Amino acid sequence: MHDTRKERYKKVAYYPGCALEGSGQPYDISTRAVGKKLGLELVDVKDWNCCGAMEVKNIDPEVQTYLSSRVMSQAKHKNKADVVMAPCNGCYHNLKKAEHDIAQKPKSKEVVEKISAKAGHEAYQPGEIETIHALDWIKWGFGEEELKAKIKGGLKGLKIANYYGCMYTRPRHIFPEKGKGGDSESLTKPHYMDDLLAVAGAENVDFPLKTACCGGAHTLSDSDMSTKLVLNILEAAEAAGAEVIATECPTCHSGLEMHQIRALKRLSKDTNVKVIYFTQLLGLAMGLSPRKVGLNANVSQSIPLLKAKGIV
Amino acid sequence: MPIHEKSLIRPENLETHENLVIDGIDVSGDWSTFIRSRVVTDYNEDLQDEIAALPGGEYIHRCWQCGSCTNSCTVNAENPDFNPRYWIYLIRMGMESELVRDKDIIWQCVSCNKCTSACPRDVVPEGVMKATAHWLEMKGYTEKTNSTVFDEIFTGQVVERGKIEDGEVLMEFLKETKQPLMQDWLVQLVKQMVAGFPVFALLKMGMATVFKPKTSDWSKARDAIKSHIEEEKADARKALGLEPAE
Repeated sequence: MHDTRKERYKKVAYYPGCALEGSGQPYDISTRAVGKKLGLELVDVKDWNCCGAMEVKNIDPEVQTYLSSRVMSQAKHKNKADVVMAPCNGCYHNLKKAEHDIAQKPKSKEVVEKISAKAGHEAYQPGEIETIHALDWIKWGFGEEELKAKIKGGLKGLKIANYYGCMYTRPRHIFPEKGKGGDSESLTKPHYMDDLLAVAGAENVDFPLKTACCGGAHTLSDSDMSTKLVLNILEAAEAAGAEVIATECPTCHSGLEMHQIRALKRLSKDTNVKVIYFTQLLGLAMGLSPRKVGLNANVSQSIPLLKAKGIV
Repeated sequence: MPIHEKSLIRPENLETHENLVIDGIDVSGDWSTFIRSRVVTDYNEDLQDEIAALPGGEYIHRCWQCGSCTNSCTVNAENPDFNPRYWIYLIRMGMESELVRDKDIIWQCVSCNKCTSACPRDVVPEGVMKATAHWLEMKGYTEKTNSTVFDEIFTGQVVERGKIEDGEVLMEFLKETKQPLMQDWLVQLVKQMVAGFPVFALLKMGMATVFKPKTSDWSKARDAIKSHIEEEKADARKALGLEPAE
């Protein structure tokens, strides 16, 4: 299993999605930089479209399924790929969900086939593509032992709370490979990000809100609730002794940055924990410059902290 | 307390007497407060079917009222009145007027899917919450919520071009919901962004607002999606016994 995955993940179709081209640019920059450094090849999915994010399903769930299925169909037929890597939790979640629904729900399959035919492309068939997260890609495509060899100064002395968000493990139905014990990712206490950052020298704190929700679905439409939820996460991370929250989702990341400011302005609650994408942290640990991993494009200003720690 | 008694002890269902004598015995004080007897007559026998006809609501019939959804709920932890189990109960009982009492908070589900992961009967409570929020709008009990406005703007862009541009979504949403663009936190956010942003990234974002990101060869997909959404909307309105949309 190990070696097969290593081979399979060496070159994957890359699906950045709308967020990584917009507000999540630092995640895109750092993912590409880390891939290059590790010698893993990324080829963008040709003419990709939005996966539907968290919104389209509320207007029409089958359209969401179609949108995600089209991305996989493009990867399969245009890129000739069999693995799609999506760093965004939302994209990753939706592709997995489409896979599940097309296989399990006759209506989903019917709608996907109907719209695909009208749109003039092959309808995606279950099992044609394996969708993985950036965490799987680095953990299995490269491996912890080899990663260790690439670490330059590392993240020594940096206390990190690893925040996975809600879409990486939930709901359980659409992640059949998780929660199987052994090397598999856990549904309730995910650890892949912890594993990778530990190899990079970080000190992972015991963080109870790893899979808590940041309220990202309503970040603008119900801002007060989102601010409260984000504040819970920031305060819990600080209470656990973290200096940095490592993120793996552009929605969580932007939400944490935005509501950290909003909590200060609206509730006078100041929190000092910095928000950084895990790929940025890995890149820094491997000796890439802050600019190379897009650190200056983060809203959360972490460079003074990282300088004080001697990391940059 | 069993949840079916919850509504009985609301203030309007309580009767209090300063001085009360029953059968020659003075029961003034605590004993003078009674729950008014009530007969429920306004059942909507079709309520469960109506919710089930909307996307997300199809598995509501499976609910056994174990409470795993509410117990795990992110929003319930912040606001105990946000109670998926209770609402599913009311829907299955056909108690429309009771359900409508909570019309202003049902849309607040954040879709974190803790409920759906915890549910032992695969009810998909997250879907039921979305279906219920839409049902309230379609039946005219609530105005279009901010959440729906956001979903429509977002989906509109995706259907039109295959991709969204997040700055444009933000602007349109603030405009549509009549919120000022110059909010203290938003101004601060932009200040912090601009301070560190490399020039090329700013340029790229600026270009995106002028030349909207677009998926190539999208027009046939766009038309197919549009007609599918229209068909589904018409079906939903029919299932709710509403007139066809104009």
